[in-house]
Amino acid sequence: MTTASTPRRESALVMSIRQNRGFYGALLLLAVLYIVYNFLHPKGFSTNVFIANTNESVALAFVAMAQAMTVIVGGLDLSVGSVMTLTSCIASELVRGEPWQIVFGCLVTVAAGTGFGLVNGVIIVYGRLQPIIATLATGAVAMGLALLIRPKPGGEVDLDLNWAATNSLRDLAETYHLFSDGEDAWFQPIAWVPVPLLIMIIVAAVIWVPFKRTVTGRTLYAIGSSEGAAFMSGLPINRARLWAFTLAGTFAGCAGLYLAIQTGSGNADIPQAGAYTLNSIAAVVLGGISLLGGVGTAIGALIGALILRVISFYFRILSIDPLMQSLVEGIVLLLAVSLGAVRTLRVKNRLELFR
Amino acid sequence: MATLNLPHLKSDDLPIVIAAGFILVILAAGTAYTLSTLGTAPLLTPNYLLTQLQTGAFLGIVACGMMTVILLGHIDLSIPWTMTAAAMMATTIGGPGAIPTGLAIGLIVGLVNGFGVAYLRIPSMIFTLGVDSVMRGLMVAHTGGFAPQDTATDLMRYLAAEKVLGVPVAVFVWAAISIVISAVLARTSFGKAIYATGNREAAAYLSGIRTRWIIVGAFVISGLCAASAGMLLAGYSNKAYQGMGNAYLLPAIAAVVIGGTSILGGRGRFIGTLVGVILIVLLNSVLSIAQMPEAGRQIIYGLVIIVMLLVYGRTTRVTS
Repeated sequence: MTTASTPRRESALVMSIRQNRGFYGALLLLAVLYIVYNFLHPKGFSTNVFIANTNESVALAFVAMAQAMTVIVGGLDLSVGSVMTLTSCIASELVRGEPWQIVFGCLVTVAAGTGFGLVNGVIIVYGRLQPIIATLATGAVAMGLALLIRPKPGGEVDLDLNWAATNSLRDLAETYHLFSDGEDAWFQPIAWVPVPLLIMIIVAAVIWVPFKRTVTGRTLYAIGSSEGAAFMSGLPINRARLWAFTLAGTFAGCAGLYLAIQTGSGNADIPQAGAYTLNSIAAVVLGGISLLGGVGTAIGALIGALILRVISFYFRILSIDPLMQSLVEGIVLLLAVSLGAVRTLRVKNRLELFR
Repeated sequence: MATLNLPHLKSDDLPIVIAAGFILVILAAGTAYTLSTLGTAPLLTPNYLLTQLQTGAFLGIVACGMMTVILLGHIDLSIPWTMTAAAMMATTIGGPGAIPTGLAIGLIVGLVNGFGVAYLRIPSMIFTLGVDSVMRGLMVAHTGGFAPQDTATDLMRYLAAEKVLGVPVAVFVWAAISIVISAVLARTSFGKAIYATGNREAAAYLSGIRTRWIIVGAFVISGLCAASAGMLLAGYSNKAYQGMGNAYLLPAIAAVVIGGTSILGGRGRFIGTLVGVILIVLLNSVLSIAQMPEAGRQIIYGLVIIVMLLVYGRTTRVTS
């Protein structure tokens, strides 16, 4: 009400910041953490460090974006890590050989993730099961399929693709002989850009940004805020939920594809799948998405994932015992969520706490 | 629920009956398999079933605690490293102080979890996840990342691995904890308050229930159960080791939910959790008798949960 009565209209940016405190807070935290990291790093602010860092962040960023889709509708997907593992095993079988085979393999990999997400969505929407428990079960199925495909770690992902996707744009151009092996004059200013960073940005821009603007995309937020109100407003609830879980599968498929390309192999590693799922929840929370639904964006989840990764980078340069990593990660997570708890101290009507 | 023609059953009992029926199906299928391949029916011998109950005791105790938390509509993801921490500290201290030390770990974890969820109002899923991570960090720092050399005390070994009158002691421990928890849930005002808070916390609060204490209490029960299971597991394998609790989190949630407890809280009977635990333990053992590779086990395990829930775990459509 106060904003309506003030005569002066706030600028779009101020309003955006006011409405998305969690997201901008995460962005600020990431910027501070990463700049300090680069000051501490002996080779800080260099392209190589940047490339190596982005490389290690892509898979988690995609998994976090997958998780974001389902958390925004007020659900949770405990199968994202397993679907990532499944698709990375598929990719380790298919992404090799002739160029057309490689492209075909990449498409099949992402399609497999999408299909698995669709199955999750159908079970949850038409079977009317709780997402958390349904995806717990489908996650086990995905893990089983991954073990069927790859009983032992291995696989030979195309080496050119591995090199091109995990280095700078110049290396990409050299590998595939584009722009006179990356020597064109116009190409030089952007030649240092890490390919993994571009992959993250492109996938987020191509999938999330247009989707958010559709009716289906807006419905995600409506469902997360109040499913009953969304239903009474005639919004396409079932369709939106199906899309949310399907797109979660797509992002998980992208994560699996990149993981396979990055490591050059597939590995049906159950603890690793679990770790990615749990980290994706942590990333979503750090990125300003409410676990109750209706608040936040997939971009926020991406930022949250990057924060988690940057924290882990500190262990190397500060020569902290890597054994302490999970302790520090846990404390950071608890502190971050406890900051949000400050509001509970300000609440005057205690009933508001119970929603 | 009209699809199944069981009009005399209360809706809360239906899942339990179906799950119990499914246990018989598993036993029948397993017996048919062993009869056709080996010509014997080891599944139906008391000895075999008691061995299964012994390994099921660890999962059963974890599920007891998990159920009290799920009845509130919360979840406890800190169980794996609560188990491990309790087992490691118990074996490190050793002697008569071992078991009290382990229980103290469970109590502390439960109090911390309860404080974060009830007072700071942080979603339990994320808070207990953070606590789990912190516990893991503390234990890895404590042991240096290696398996600790200390062995379990005689009492822990006795409770986990010995037999009395042919029945494993672990089964008695499980039974004792089960009786206590089911009595607390069904007979005490604390138990009633758990159901009330799980149904609608605001209404429970307005009825004079100290809902925050109830939440802390439920997490303490969960922590104590996880600690007990961890120490028993250490007694069973004679030592504590890294990641010993990891295999218990998801099956515990699955057992509780298969037993008919709503993941949203407020509904579910304790007997259902027992049935759920037995179902999962038998399913696992039949699959291992059939020499099913890990891949097939995971797939069947997931499909069984989905199918069981599709039969009776469906939520109502939100229309207002």
